Amino acid sequence: MVIYAIQRLLLSMIIIVVAVSLLNVMLHLVPGDPAVMVLGPRATPELIERTRLEMGLDRSMLVQLAMFFGNLLRGDMGTDIFTGREVSTIVMEALPYTLILITVSILWAMAIGIPLGCYSAVRRNSWLDRVTGVLSVATISIPAFVMALYGVLIFAVWLRWLPAIGAGETFAEQIRHLILPAFAVGVSWVGYIARVVRASMLEVMGENHVRMARAFGLREGRILTAHVLRIAVLPAVTLIGAGVAHLFSAAVFVEVIFARPGIGALIVGAVNERNYPIVLGAVLVTTGIIVLATLISDLVVAWLDPRLREEL
Amino acid sequence: MTDIPTDAARAPSAAAAHARQLSRNPMGMMGLILVVIVVLSAIFAPWIAPYDPNAIMVGPRLGGPSAEHWLGTDHIGRDLFSRVVSGGRIAMLVALVTLTAAMSLGLLLGLIAGFGPKWLDNILLLIFDAIRSFPVIVFGLAVITLIGPSLYTVILVVAITSVPIYARIVRTQTQALRSAEFILAERAMGASTFRILGVHILPNVLGPLLILASMDVPLVIAVEAGLSFLGMGVRPPAPSWGTILNDGYNFIRNSPWPVIGGSLPIVIVTLGFTFLGEALRDIFDPKLRRDL
Repeated sequence: MVIYAIQRLLLSMIIIVVAVSLLNVMLHLVPGDPAVMVLGPRATPELIERTRLEMGLDRSMLVQLAMFFGNLLRGDMGTDIFTGREVSTIVMEALPYTLILITVSILWAMAIGIPLGCYSAVRRNSWLDRVTGVLSVATISIPAFVMALYGVLIFAVWLRWLPAIGAGETFAEQIRHLILPAFAVGVSWVGYIARVVRASMLEVMGENHVRMARAFGLREGRILTAHVLRIAVLPAVTLIGAGVAHLFSAAVFVEVIFARPGIGALIVGAVNERNYPIVLGAVLVTTGIIVLATLISDLVVAWLDPRLREEL
Repeated sequence: MTDIPTDAARAPSAAAAHARQLSRNPMGMMGLILVVIVVLSAIFAPWIAPYDPNAIMVGPRLGGPSAEHWLGTDHIGRDLFSRVVSGGRIAMLVALVTLTAAMSLGLLLGLIAGFGPKWLDNILLLIFDAIRSFPVIVFGLAVITLIGPSLYTVILVVAITSVPIYARIVRTQTQALRSAEFILAERAMGASTFRILGVHILPNVLGPLLILASMDVPLVIAVEAGLSFLGMGVRPPAPSWGTILNDGYNFIRNSPWPVIGGSLPIVIVTLGFTFLGEALRDIFDPKLRRDL
């Protein structure tokens, strides 16, 4: 297990390095002066010259990459030309809003999706199973921004039950402001999780150790929770780990539509003023989180599945 | 030795059997019908749209559905139905170009990874994993900052981010096949690598690839509409479903019709291709699992 964890950690770090290098290479593939790109529109000639030296544009590509990583390791992602503030500070201020949004979204989706998947597997071909089957296929690929727009239209404009704009000040207000965005981000995951849990439950229920538990006369409820579900949720964990990237993409739209602060709103604002340092900083941080999430979900799966744990 | 039955010889009966299977799958049939409607309306958009999608009408602005304007009008009085139909043309074009590019490149890289030396396979896998760790929209926004918003940027972004999905499928299938008996036999008879890849591996890989592509159409359309919604895809006044939705969002308190009209086709396309893709997958390759 320890060796597996170290291997996965190393691989994740290599993936981050490759991803960051790709972004950096991209900056150089585009026609135009990278220093001007990095500085954004309002750069003065002196500043451009200084940045050229700082980025090492007069030196080889490899040296530049090394310098870039050196800065990154010290937490230095450059300075925002418009406000003169550190890019890392700006990104870290926005990050909690997005993290709360996607965490709440995935948690409510799990809270409904997992029981729904279990029920559908146990009561196969019941009406709820059929409804879940059709609805999950239908909701899986409806984009989050369409869900968000209907959320605004129905609950904020027509019914006036929930606020459509901002993140709220007091705690109670913040929760009220979170309902519609979290609905829009999470709704397609309910069906997705239910579907995966159902499929893997059916698979696990046919396995020998479950038949054995039945043969020993264990109660059906105990078999399902202790022996079946425990293994059957693992594909869902992998799915969510791999889906964090999609959650971030959905968060971009939802933050724009509900005028919520967050990484997505930050990036869209920065793209509008062609403020590349902020965009790059935000992309780096989200990519890091996504790789980390995949790593954690892999480790959780290895930890929860005794068969895998033994092998490692 | 010469009488080896080929795929081509039994293709018609197999195709007929598959068609029968599809016709017995209600969700698949519904998907097929929706897809046919959308594709036809995209092809014949200029003849179906009752007005010029950018023409400003004399009638009411933000009007509801009426006999003249089936989906109502937008904030400057353009006919929404005409805009939605023309938007379908852009969406389908983007999906077609993007998926063709992503599939071709994915096929090539997947074959290289699956059939080439181990070290090359490892490098390619690393690059695939790195690309997969960018959220599509966030990566797209980064590219847009660099090269500016346009239809081509959208196509480029979606193509780059989808290549790893296709390449991985092709790689897995190729690896499974490369040690199969019939490939070894072919090799023993002195067949070149190109012959093995082109004649034996390609036909086996193409099926899963096409099914994946049909399930990916909604994804591509969502990214195009999404970026256009943010004002960073198709440039206004061109009628993308995303720009229609953006107009609708800005006037959501005045009229629901632009939002409803702009989202309706997205929902129809999504359901159509997803239902059809699921049905095709069940018929051709039940084991093909779609990971995110």
